Amino acid sequence: MMVEVSSTLLFIAFVAYLVATFLFGGAVKGSSSKASKSFERWGKLAITVTIIGFVSNIGYFITRWIAAGHAPVSNLFEFTTAFGMLVVGAFILIYFIYRIPALGLFALPIAIIIIGYASMFPREITPLIPALKSYWLTVHVITAALGEAILAISAVAGLIYLLKNIDMTKKSKSRFWIEAVMYVVVLVLGFIAATTTFTLADYKVEFNYVNKEEQVLTMEYNVPPIFGMNESEAITENAMQPLMEMPPLVNAKKLSVVTWSVIFGTVLYILLRLIFRKRIASVLQPFTKKVNSQFMDEIGYRSVLIGFPVFTLGALIFAMIWAHEAWSRFWGWDPKEVWALITWLFYAAFLHLRLSKGWEGKKSAWLALIGFIIIMFNLIAVNLIIAGLHSYA
Amino acid sequence: MDKIVCTCGNVNPAGTLLCESCGRPLNKETEDKKLVDMRYEGSARRSQTYNKTIIDKVWNFFSSVKVGVWLIIIILVAASIGTILPQVFYVPATSEVDIAAYYERIYGTFGTLYYELGLSDLYSSWWFQALVGMLGISLIIASLDRVIPLYKSLKKQKTKRHFSFLKRQRIYGIGNIENGEESIKKAEEKLKTMRYNVKREGNALLAERGRFSRWGPYVNHLGLILFLFGVMLRALPGFYVDETMWLREGERLYIPETNGYFLESKEFIYETYSKEESEEVYGDAIDRVGVIAKNYQTNVALYKGPEGAVAGHLEDLTFEKEAAIQVNKPLKFDNFSVFQMDFRLDELASMTFQLQDKETAESFGEFTINLSDPQPVYELSNGSKVEILDYYADFTGFEEGVPQSQSPLPNNPAFLVKMYTPEFPNGETSFVMIKETLEPLGENKHKIAFQSVETRDVSGLTIRKDLTLPILMLGGLIFMIGVAQGSYWNHRRIWIQQLEDGQVVIAAHTNKNWLSILRDMDTVSELANLPKYEDQQDEDSKADKEEGV
Ligand code: HEM
Repeated sequence: MMVEVSSTLLFIAFVAYLVATFLFGGAVKGSSSKASKSFERWGKLAITVTIIGFVSNIGYFITRWIAAGHAPVSNLFEFTTAFGMLVVGAFILIYFIYRIPALGLFALPIAIIIIGYASMFPREITPLIPALKSYWLTVHVITAALGEAILAISAVAGLIYLLKNIDMTKKSKSRFWIEAVMYVVVLVLGFIAATTTFTLADYKVEFNYVNKEEQVLTMEYNVPPIFGMNESEAITENAMQPLMEMPPLVNAKKLSVVTWSVIFGTVLYILLRLIFRKRIASVLQPFTKKVNSQFMDEIGYRSVLIGFPVFTLGALIFAMIWAHEAWSRFWGWDPKEVWALITWLFYAAFLHLRLSKGWEGKKSAWLALIGFIIIMFNLIAVNLIIAGLHSYA
Repeated sequence: MDKIVCTCGNVNPAGTLLCESCGRPLNKETEDKKLVDMRYEGSARRSQTYNKTIIDKVWNFFSSVKVGVWLIIIILVAASIGTILPQVFYVPATSEVDIAAYYERIYGTFGTLYYELGLSDLYSSWWFQALVGMLGISLIIASLDRVIPLYKSLKKQKTKRHFSFLKRQRIYGIGNIENGEESIKKAEEKLKTMRYNVKREGNALLAERGRFSRWGPYVNHLGLILFLFGVMLRALPGFYVDETMWLREGERLYIPETNGYFLESKEFIYETYSKEESEEVYGDAIDRVGVIAKNYQTNVALYKGPEGAVAGHLEDLTFEKEAAIQVNKPLKFDNFSVFQMDFRLDELASMTFQLQDKETAESFGEFTINLSDPQPVYELSNGSKVEILDYYADFTGFEEGVPQSQSPLPNNPAFLVKMYTPEFPNGETSFVMIKETLEPLGENKHKIAFQSVETRDVSGLTIRKDLTLPILMLGGLIFMIGVAQGSYWNHRRIWIQQLEDGQVVIAAHTNKNWLSILRDMDTVSELANLPKYEDQQDEDSKADKEEGV
């Protein structure tokens, strides 16, 4: 019962964020001085819908917590969804300091994509394994995710800054890289599209394979196997034969999923380019026209300033306290830990470059984007590629 | 070098750029700039002033933020390289040879290269630790270089600043207004309500708030230094203990490094989630994943022996307490913690045999061998007995006729025995294994028949003492205080002055969040009717103004 209520609330939040994105779009469009009354109305409406969505999202979180008996941050779906929710929370916080609708127009879609991405993972409630049974888990994960969410807002501000300030009419490195960022975002959509397609088609094939310890195991694919596991043999009748077999070190199933995401994403990207007849960055640029660059620059810096201490507390200090209770040492050089440290060092470098070397404006915006990439790498790639103590899925 | 005396009379230390008191630029270069660099108030920093001796050079190297950032980036990149392949402590091998073989077998040539370059134990390599050490030195020197002159300068600043200082501020405006005196008075009152600390000196006003946030970075660096110091302390003997022990159910063992503590395992418990108890919520997950562990727990009793006891007289022990050690719930006593880390289920504990006549199966009696303490002889009824000549706990086969055991763990016990019966007073020799019996010295009439086994679980425990934890905690706490101080507050200053010629000047500086200080100024200006001012660095606003938006 509770579980269903919870799912419904998440769905409502998702829809609210979508609607709010369009409303913010309206607010941005109408923000010239003569239409400033209507702009205010759109903006008010947009932030109201966002807050309704956020409350519903928190409702999801609480009801799921009650149903599971533990904080819903214990598997990849739950953690990523919580992160998406907190990005919206961080956006609301920053919005009330600076009241810039363009921020919503870009922050909300990112939250939507994160939640959409999360929903591609198994959504059932998992019981806690012994290592995760600690209230420090709850405290650590929620604080760390909140810190990351606030830091993510600086990347949104950076993105807006760059979209506004890069000359799209002239060939340049900046123009290339900003489009590359757009392409990667579309690839995430590609992942969602591919996963949804094959799930709807109820695609399932099983293979036996030999792992690196030379044991025979079974692997279930939910996408057509482009790559096969080491010495794989189909169990399912009439299964598609993998085009290429991988050495035992490589998880060919995940590689197949990634490849399908790239295929779907690239097709989607090409379609978008054909429809708009422009780079994606150029399509978005007009929405940033009315934004004051210095405002964006300051929002970017401010969100790093707000997020950095929260991240330190959650991802390093609480993490160390928990690690000490669970694994007897406060630090173990586990990949996930190391990447949290790398993230932290990166933002420390960001702050120093800004304060002492005067890296403001474009440089600062690029750094904010790179920081977000590191956070997402830790969230996604370290879990999927480099398995460690923290690997959830 | 010489001190610099400013026109206003203040004596500044050599190397000062802006007079500490009135703010006048003190050299040509500073004077030529449109805006002044306010980062350290133009104060005299050692690193900017001296560059002669070796000490100067070392000092200047470590106090440079450029060097600091490079150190951070190098450590960051090095750390990421360490995550490409698992580090040695996550590899299931202990000897150097096995470890090398493991990297080769699993990761091929790349693995070998990774191992050979020492990347497989990167974090304990001398160069990685040296980098972290340099970071620590840099933190100390860079902080000292700045915090002292900054402190002095902020303390000495006068309310009334020279015009040349004000006009070089980022936010600046000048103009004739109707009633200057009156406006400044109004501004003063308003700024006070906005929690500014306002000072007056004739027709000059200085409103300041959040100066303490300037110390934030230095406080957080101090926290980091303390943390690094704590980590270093662990290398000293006595501060840090990290041991492991395997404890079998029923066993009572000395806890390594604890000076007289003993631990007895009463029971090891391993539980998994069952579908019945939680069908509704967890059913789907269990269906998909299979078995999910719920609890690892060792029920123990803790004993204390006389000071320095390591083994032996168990009767001298005094009972301290009973406890259940679970993952996330260590047993704590006397600065030590014992953690549930690992386990082995169903290790053989004892085996029961019967001495039998092979043909008639007539029994000469039963005996039980405790596998952790086999007796040399087991006496049976009517003078029969079994003598254990040799015991191979983890039997792997024969090498040149000699039985081999690969470990002292009873994974595959085998015995070389001699069976004495009234009929064979000199004994018959037999080699007994779990499934099979060999008769190395010819056919026997009797045999040892396996009856039953008893098993028990083994807990893998980690024993840890870490006296550096309080220092680390304190370091973390100070870091958090400092980083919050520097991030959540900022240092804002607004200067308003009426010049000799009646014009009113307004200037402002903040170390961050320029939009917020502008907002403060707008509020004041609206009420007090001050001259117009602008942010001399904001390109967009200027462009907007030109476009007439
Ligand atoms: C991982 C290590 C470090 C961390 C986490 C750290 C953290 C910080 C933070 C949070 C700030 C305030 C930044 C802001 O408000 O924007 C700061 C400022 C500063 N840091 Fe670090 N820092 C580290 C290492 C270093 C090193 C190695 C140096 C040596 C050059 C250094 C020199 C400075 C300086 C000079 C400031 C500016 C102080 C001021 O102008 O008020 N830091 N640091």
